[in-house]
Amino acid sequence: MFTAMVAWQALGEQRIPVESYRVDQATFQSEVDAFVEARQIGEEGGVPVVEPMPGEDAYLQAMMFQFRPVLQLQRGETYRLLVSSTDVQHGLSLLKLGTSYNFQVLPGYLYVIRLTPEETGEFSLVCNEFCGLGHHVMTGRIVVVD
Amino acid sequence: MAAEAPARDFLACEATHFRIERHGRQLALAHAVGAVVLLAIGGLMALLIAIQRVEAVQFINDDWWYRLVAAHGAAMLLFWMLLFEVAALYWGSTMLLNAPMRLVKVAWTAFGMMVLGVLLATGMMLAGQATVMFTAYPPMEANPLFYLGVILVAVGVLIAVAIFFVNVVAAKREGYHRGSLPLVVYGLAAAAIIAVYSLGTGAVAYVSLFLWSVGLVENVDPAFYRMFFWGIGHGAQQVNLAAMVAVWYALVGFTVGGRTISESLSRLAFLLLIAFIHLGAVHHLLVDPGLGTSHRLMNTSYLLYLAVLASLIHAFCIPSAIEVAQRERHGFTKGLFQWLVRAPWKEPGFSSLVLSLVFFGFIGGVTGVIMSSMQMNMLVHNTLFVPGHFHGTVVAGATLAFMGIAYYLLPLLSRRNLVGVAVARLQPYVFFAGVALFSLGMIRAGFYGVPRRSADLSYQAAPLPTDSFIQTGPQLAMWAVLIGALIAVVGGAMFIYVMLATLFAGKVVDRPDVGLVLAYGAQERERGLPAPTMVAADGHSLIGGHEPHDRKISWRNFEAPGTVTLVFIFLAWFVVMYALAHFNIARLWPVG
Repeated sequence: MFTAMVAWQALGEQRIPVESYRVDQATFQSEVDAFVEARQIGEEGGVPVVEPMPGEDAYLQAMMFQFRPVLQLQRGETYRLLVSSTDVQHGLSLLKLGTSYNFQVLPGYLYVIRLTPEETGEFSLVCNEFCGLGHHVMTGRIVVVD
Repeated sequence: MAAEAPARDFLACEATHFRIERHGRQLALAHAVGAVVLLAIGGLMALLIAIQRVEAVQFINDDWWYRLVAAHGAAMLLFWMLLFEVAALYWGSTMLLNAPMRLVKVAWTAFGMMVLGVLLATGMMLAGQATVMFTAYPPMEANPLFYLGVILVAVGVLIAVAIFFVNVVAAKREGYHRGSLPLVVYGLAAAAIIAVYSLGTGAVAYVSLFLWSVGLVENVDPAFYRMFFWGIGHGAQQVNLAAMVAVWYALVGFTVGGRTISESLSRLAFLLLIAFIHLGAVHHLLVDPGLGTSHRLMNTSYLLYLAVLASLIHAFCIPSAIEVAQRERHGFTKGLFQWLVRAPWKEPGFSSLVLSLVFFGFIGGVTGVIMSSMQMNMLVHNTLFVPGHFHGTVVAGATLAFMGIAYYLLPLLSRRNLVGVAVARLQPYVFFAGVALFSLGMIRAGFYGVPRRSADLSYQAAPLPTDSFIQTGPQLAMWAVLIGALIAVVGGAMFIYVMLATLFAGKVVDRPDVGLVLAYGAQERERGLPAPTMVAADGHSLIGGHEPHDRKISWRNFEAPGTVTLVFIFLAWFVVMYALAHFNIARLWPVG
């Protein structure tokens, strides 16, 4: 037990992301907007669908009450998800086959999460930090294609 | 300060041989009754919250659901626990030491502050002015009166903790109590020390928010707040933990007349708790931005494991104390487990103690250690797994233990006989069954990723709907939560009934019937058995007090072979669960 955590962090493939930066909300908002404008390929439920270049940094904005944009990713590519909130605290929960990955999203902090999708399909995001009366309709989506 | 309180303030308790002092008794009783009332209110809220969790039977609106979750969290995790613990602190520092209560007026003022604070905070939450949950993360904002309410409770409790220390020091200095503190009071002192730094860090968090809400501070950094908030958010639970362990030791004494096999080992474990348990609070920040790997590793694991070690020590000392008492005092020496089979299972204090210990260890403790493992935390952070864990520790563990001791404290404090003994005998089992079912349901649902604190799991009204949680698996888990919660509420109502019925309709007696303590009679005395720990031969408080000599643990001649077997079963269970969690995480996509 004493060594499991260190070993997994060094050798395992599922590590706790530690890269993070301070970012002010307006700057983050404008970067998300520029990213969406440059890479948008469609729209779903009023949310833009965006396909970053393989391996490119992908912005993911948490806000009351959605994750924006929908990200379309290539299977097997590693992406840096740049996640932050532009209002209150949120929880990023990526649902995958009866399990989930969960991260805290704080306004003012940019969290860099490296992710390598290994399966194709549509994967839902839900918010799991109480963020207001619309908390239970706050969702997002990641689409993985070949 | 008077060297000797007036004799009329003391009442010689025939059941326990303690001298019970009037002010301490009244204060402890007031806090305990306040705590029980809060438990009843919180339980009612729990019922409404649980019903909402299954799609088929929802009937309250989302807004009210969030208000109720917020108020339930504050009422149960903070207010009921803290009030009951203050009652225990006053009981431990006066009656168990045969000493008078000090600073009586200050203590009543502190009680008034707690009541006012509870009313303010709960009122604001139910009025929809503070739907920020008990975590109150900024920049989500609540009415300043909500923050003020929580601060008032915290300051009230801090004052009570200070009075506890004054009581203890004065009792020793003025000769009411000689020698080292009885183990139960020692454990309560550990809880009090943890309370000081927990409430201290909590004050930083809540005072910052209060200043911010009235416009004196421009903003409160969310990461800064989370660090300090979890000092109390989890710290308060460590107070519960230490108090619960103290109560366990008391219940061993009450129900089988047992004492720890090693006073010094038990005390060392309390010291480890004081020193290291607080660091465990950082596991709430394991998947937060802003912290480095070494920080996460050191605080949540290496140092926390020393606190886990403390819990393991207690988890050995308590059952072995029962086993040794059963073998030596009561003669149940056959085989490995006759002592357990022939234990007083009808005694509510005993069943509460055992069920609390088992669930706290096997479910609460194991899930706690797993989710405070760095990578594991990714799997369960903010899912229902988390409330599943802490209902296992705080409800099946601490609350059940507190209920168990209340069956003895209330008669002793109110000088009335318990009403509804048959209900009391059954109550721990019913409550335990309910809590176990809904905790396990929550833990299972959490593995599916079901989020905590979400009013509607259908997600069909979302712009990007998901049907992840209306599948059979998660819905079955949520039905277990609902059914478990209903059973637990029935168990809780049984407890409240016995408490209130005793308080208002119990027969006033000189010598309250407090269960098995009375089973110690002339026959036992003739056989030369030591008196139950509540009955002190020399008139001094001896609950968990020093044995003439510490028993030595010898590898050649084990005195508690049954306990050793149980400990190995527990460790095997722990290893299996730990491995299973790693198997789960290995299925995830590479992340980092």
